[in-house]
Amino acid sequence: MLESLFPNGSVHYLAGGVLLGVGVSLLYLTTGLVGGMSSVFSTTLSWVSKARFFHQPPMLGSRVWRLVYAAGVLVGAAMFTAAVPSSAFATGLPWWQLLAGGFLVGFGARLSRGCTSGHGICGMASLQLPSILAVLTFLVTGMITANLVVRIGAGA
Amino acid sequence: MTPVSLAWVLLSGALFGCGLALSTMVRPEVVLSFLRFVDFGLLLVLGGAVAVTLVAYQVLPRVLGKPMTGTQFHPHPSILDARTIGGAAIFGIGWGLCGVCPGPAIAGLGTGNWPLLFALAGIFAGAYVQGRWFGEG
Repeated sequence: MLESLFPNGSVHYLAGGVLLGVGVSLLYLTTGLVGGMSSVFSTTLSWVSKARFFHQPPMLGSRVWRLVYAAGVLVGAAMFTAAVPSSAFATGLPWWQLLAGGFLVGFGARLSRGCTSGHGICGMASLQLPSILAVLTFLVTGMITANLVVRIGAGA
Repeated sequence: MTPVSLAWVLLSGALFGCGLALSTMVRPEVVLSFLRFVDFGLLLVLGGAVAVTLVAYQVLPRVLGKPMTGTQFHPHPSILDARTIGGAAIFGIGWGLCGVCPGPAIAGLGTGNWPLLFALAGIFAGAYVQGRWFGEG
């Protein structure tokens, strides 16, 4: 049963998930901040775009710590790979699929005000109904899309 | 924010990045294999993260008056409207197409997954279009 649900093992998934929770919890313990990962893609644009949306007080007020948080994510993953070289990886997905998918991910996450970390981890952990409904919604559309992509024979 | 606060932010982010690398969520193929019902590991990742964070969010404000640095525990209410649900639906379509979401896009670069630069460029472009033409406020 477990082997059929988790053909690649389960311990690293659970341990990795706990580590994600420890990171978000440490951020809350030390600074009181709620750390979703999609906002940084809007707040960072405030340095390069004059559009009014990116210059609202909540954007400008959080752009520094959000960028530092993102830098931490990058460095943490790099350190993990330095310690465990077998974790290095390059995706085989075609570039257009990454670019087009990324566009919808960025647009949708910002419209929804959250992504897999903002709604999925932080929102669900604070038991917020809008976040729980958002998670159920993107799980359903994600599953439909991923299976359709296989059906029509697109890359990977 | 003070340099000390930002150091904590950096460390918290680093743990988050380690978690994404350890759980292999930085590999789009692993995320897609979940969405295609091949490997349900993503549910363990999400479950483990939510369980730990749930305890922290419930307990910390009650035990401590305020965070170690900074003035208060910031509430972050999510809103139930068409944007939240419609945006999530669009997000899911993109996620199902590329297997990448914002955290793993950033962390994946750290693991040397350079093709994710395409995903990062797409996410920035999507965030720009959203804020420029569909933003509130």
